[in-house]
Amino acid sequence: MSQGVVAITEQRDGRFRKVSYEVVSEGRRLADGLGCQLTAVVMGSGMDALAAEVKSYGADTVVVLDAPELADYRTDAYTNVLAGWLSGAAPAVILTGATAQGKDLAARLAARLDAGLAMDCTAVSLQGGVLTCTRPMFGGKIFADVQIQGSPQIIAVRPNVMRIAESPKESAVEKPAPQLGEIRTAVVAKTMDAGSKVELTEADVIVSGGRGTGGNFVPIEELAAALNGAVGASRSAVDEGWRKHGDQVGQTGKVVSPALYVACGISGAIQHLAGMSTSKVIVAINKDAEAPIFSKADYGACGDIFQILPAVTEAVKKLKG
Amino acid sequence: MDIVVLVKQVPDTESLVQIAGDGVSIKKDDIKWIMNPYDELAVEEALRIKEAKGGTVTVLSVGAQKAQETIRTALAMGADKGLLVNDPAAEGGDALATARILAAAVKNLPFDLIIAGQRAVDEDNYQVGAAVAEFLGIPHVSLVSKAELLEGRIRCQRAVEGGSVTVEAPLPALFTTQRGLNEPRYASLPGIMKAKKKPLEVKTVAALGLDPARVGAAGRKVVVKALRLPPERKAVRMIAGETPAAIAAELVRVLHEEARLI
Ligand SMILES: Cc1cc2nc3c(=O)[nH]c(=O)nc-3n(C[C@H](O)[C@H](O)[C@H](O)COP(=O)(O)OP(=O)(O)OC[C@H]3O[C@@H](n4cnc5c(N)ncnc54)[C@H](O)[C@@H]3O)c2cc1C
Ligand SMILES: Nc1ncnc2c1ncn2[C@@H]1O[C@H](COP(=O)(O)O)[C@@H](O)[C@H]1O
Repeated sequence: MSQGVVAITEQRDGRFRKVSYEVVSEGRRLADGLGCQLTAVVMGSGMDALAAEVKSYGADTVVVLDAPELADYRTDAYTNVLAGWLSGAAPAVILTGATAQGKDLAARLAARLDAGLAMDCTAVSLQGGVLTCTRPMFGGKIFADVQIQGSPQIIAVRPNVMRIAESPKESAVEKPAPQLGEIRTAVVAKTMDAGSKVELTEADVIVSGGRGTGGNFVPIEELAAALNGAVGASRSAVDEGWRKHGDQVGQTGKVVSPALYVACGISGAIQHLAGMSTSKVIVAINKDAEAPIFSKADYGACGDIFQILPAVTEAVKKLKG
Repeated sequence: MDIVVLVKQVPDTESLVQIAGDGVSIKKDDIKWIMNPYDELAVEEALRIKEAKGGTVTVLSVGAQKAQETIRTALAMGADKGLLVNDPAAEGGDALATARILAAAVKNLPFDLIIAGQRAVDEDNYQVGAAVAEFLGIPHVSLVSKAELLEGRIRCQRAVEGGSVTVEAPLPALFTTQRGLNEPRYASLPGIMKAKKKPLEVKTVAALGLDPARVGAAGRKVVVKALRLPPERKAVRMIAGETPAAIAAELVRVLHEEARLI
């Protein structure tokens, strides 16, 4: 009988991604509900410091899978090592973040383990020992409540949605030898974008610009900076070459869930809404009072972004002192 | 270079998606169906590789009879042949069940490279490509925004949060597409005419030697209990003011005092 919850953390270059705290916190909540143990898994090379850090979020055990070959994420290396360790651990539930890495790993792992996987979930509820996961589908037009049959159940949660809760614990740290298996892929280069420090999918605040910017993103960037947020864009803005592909929010771009999403000069096409409709609060600024974005927003301001945004930035700066 | 492209027919992104009477599926009539946008990128990339290196492009889909239209679209763009797995037993599967069929179908085809979309914009599973690669025992790279063929291997630029990572994998391999990879071509009129004569085979699950209990709705591990509409937001509150500065001040005030976000 398999039991226990495993939360798979994600780090890059020796630093946890925010989603790691989210999956461990959510894992704690589910393990408490199921009355079982929570194990947090840290994978990488030279992970001792991170193993210590994860203790604050309530794992009973921290398993560190540490090898030089795991320094950079590679699907085959990570899947082999994780599947190797999981064959002994045999958990009932595996949680991971639905990030570029987490989605990739979860998908390959699910096929390897022949396990059901609920991808990009925005909620997990527990009733009578049964987990029900909520997944937005069709670009968020429909929500599906799904249950996974068999064991383990793999759940990938949408970044920025699960609540982070600190609950320090004297976790036991284990360092089993990673079973690397055959690794056929190699990471030959890494390029990190210069500029914006806050990653779109992790940002608490996103200020996005569309065709209405006419290509001038300066007021957008200034407001994002004042709010310590990230800059997003509509597909039109990306297609015009004003912003890079990685900034695109929507059905063929990133799916984001910030606390505050400010849409500036964006009409609110259904494919754009697909990428941001689970944001907690949506503010729209558009000069067209009939723009569809207003019907999906919590707060709206009708006017020219080039007049309103600088004033908003000023007011924010004044407020923050 | 023999390339297999996995294409799925999905509802047009503009469509109104309605929940069917059973509460666990969507109404399929009245929907306009299109090729999954990420699969268009996959077809385009396959055609570009074929144009540069020679070889064949085979388009593979699991779906309804209607999915032949999507295969024909790919043939009209320039793909050489199509294969549709159409079988009631194949319907209603989750990502893993569908990947099992696709992998079985690919096994009977010559291939050096498989290209799939990163996700199908219906169920947004982000899963099938990786699962097909696993079932075939070949490496995969997901979210590829640039692909380059080298001797016996492929070099892929993979989009990750905040940047990109370049990964090399030996062939045969599979990769999934990210926007930025290319701009898909439109089918030309002569292309559409030619496509009508290109081979499009239709197969059943049994013909692939698969156990019907492991595929389609019967093979599903992720069971849909209910579909519902997303929670409605309250009606928008428009922030009015005499001047842009007044609007801005009021907006910041509500975000600070009421929404407590600033
Ligand atoms: C298959 C498919 C996938 C797609 N995927 C995506 C996706 O992932 N993301 C996405 O965003 N789109 C996507 N789209 C495109 C989408 O349909 C829209 O075309 C796009 O979102 C429009 O971008 P926009 O709102 O910036 O531009 P527009 O629709 O042109 O809107 C510009 C808005 O700016 C306002 N405006 C102009 N000037 C000002 C000003 N000075 N001050 C204030 N307001 C101003 C206008 O009133 C207007 O409402 C997709 C389309 C398809 C078919
Ligand atoms: N029924 C299908 N037939 C052919 N290809 C599919 C099918 N389902 C998924 N795929 C491929 O897998 C990709 C990812 O789909 P998904 O995992 O369902 O989001 C799609 O973009 C297609 O390339």
